[in-house]
Amino acid sequence: MAIELPENVVVSKLDALGSWCRKNSLWPMPFATACCGIELMATGASRHDLARFGAEVFRFSPRQCDLMIVAGRVVMKMLPVLQRIWQQMHEPKWCISMGACASTGGVFDTYSVVQGIDRFVPVDMYVPGCPPRPEQLIQAIIDLQDKIQREGTIDGSEFSSVTRQQRKRALMELPIIHQPSQTVSRTN
Amino acid sequence: MPVTQPTVDSLRDRFDNIVESEFRGQTRVVVPRGSAFEAIAFLKEERGFDLLVDLTCIDYLNYRDAEDRFGLAYLLANTSTDERLTVRVMLNEPDLTVVSIVPLYEGANWMEREAWDMFGIVFDGHPDLRRILMPEEFSAHPLRKDYPLQGRGERHNFPVLTRGEA
Repeated sequence: MAIELPENVVVSKLDALGSWCRKNSLWPMPFATACCGIELMATGASRHDLARFGAEVFRFSPRQCDLMIVAGRVVMKMLPVLQRIWQQMHEPKWCISMGACASTGGVFDTYSVVQGIDRFVPVDMYVPGCPPRPEQLIQAIIDLQDKIQREGTIDGSEFSSVTRQQRKRALMELPIIHQPSQTVSRTN
Repeated sequence: MPVTQPTVDSLRDRFDNIVESEFRGQTRVVVPRGSAFEAIAFLKEERGFDLLVDLTCIDYLNYRDAEDRFGLAYLLANTSTDERLTVRVMLNEPDLTVVSIVPLYEGANWMEREAWDMFGIVFDGHPDLRRILMPEEFSAHPLRKDYPLQGRGERHNFPVLTRGEA
């Protein structure tokens, strides 16, 4: 049953169309805490020009963003802020863990630095490097666009799949220690 | 400029058990804990040490030839004569209490909070002795030498957000 289509008409699936729109208008939320943030700025600036991939609109309000780029180390005091910003962002949303510190803690294996944000928030793409070159971040955004086009659905049901709910391997190998909360001894 | 001899002599005349030493032109005096506040007040009022450059603490655990656990260091300066003097108070557990010098130097407020946060030194009479760097619920003093470098698991205790919850 051949149907004659008029010129300039393309038939597609609604899922593919929605994902196509989403992947080409990623609005990043810059969560830049350290030197990776400088490379993030360079990525957005004229030489590397993130606008070529539709992701140049850095918004500093999480309500207007759908891509969180965590650039830099995250310490204990910052993690509740990070989680809160992540929760304030609207679905559909994605997260890029940029650099060694955000992904694994990097060289900062100390009492106060979180050893990889994927232990506490879901991460879609990891960028290696210390700090990564802008090209690497752009590659991560391109890969994320491919992932959105490949898996995306119009109702976002891919986010509630079983594999997306699984904990990261690092989290299973280094389990969360549940300490009895000690009272802060304070005089005066 | 190092401290002048009349300053050290006047301090020694006024207080007992002052131990003076010198290293590379820098003079330091070790003051007993009980008379620390009075000694610093004397230096400020009588000898013109009007600037508190720094207030910090050193943990001498496992340090060779060390007899005391903590050394609390007050770095004082006289801005008109450029004299500089380090006043040190040695502290030992379990009583890590000294009198706060916030009434003398307003700038000591946050420095004493840092010494409390990192070493657990208690400053008696401090107006607002809270942690300044670590989170409120942190239970240890991480710059002590017997605190492990990777912590005691404090950084692991956060809720884990999964995709479905967000």
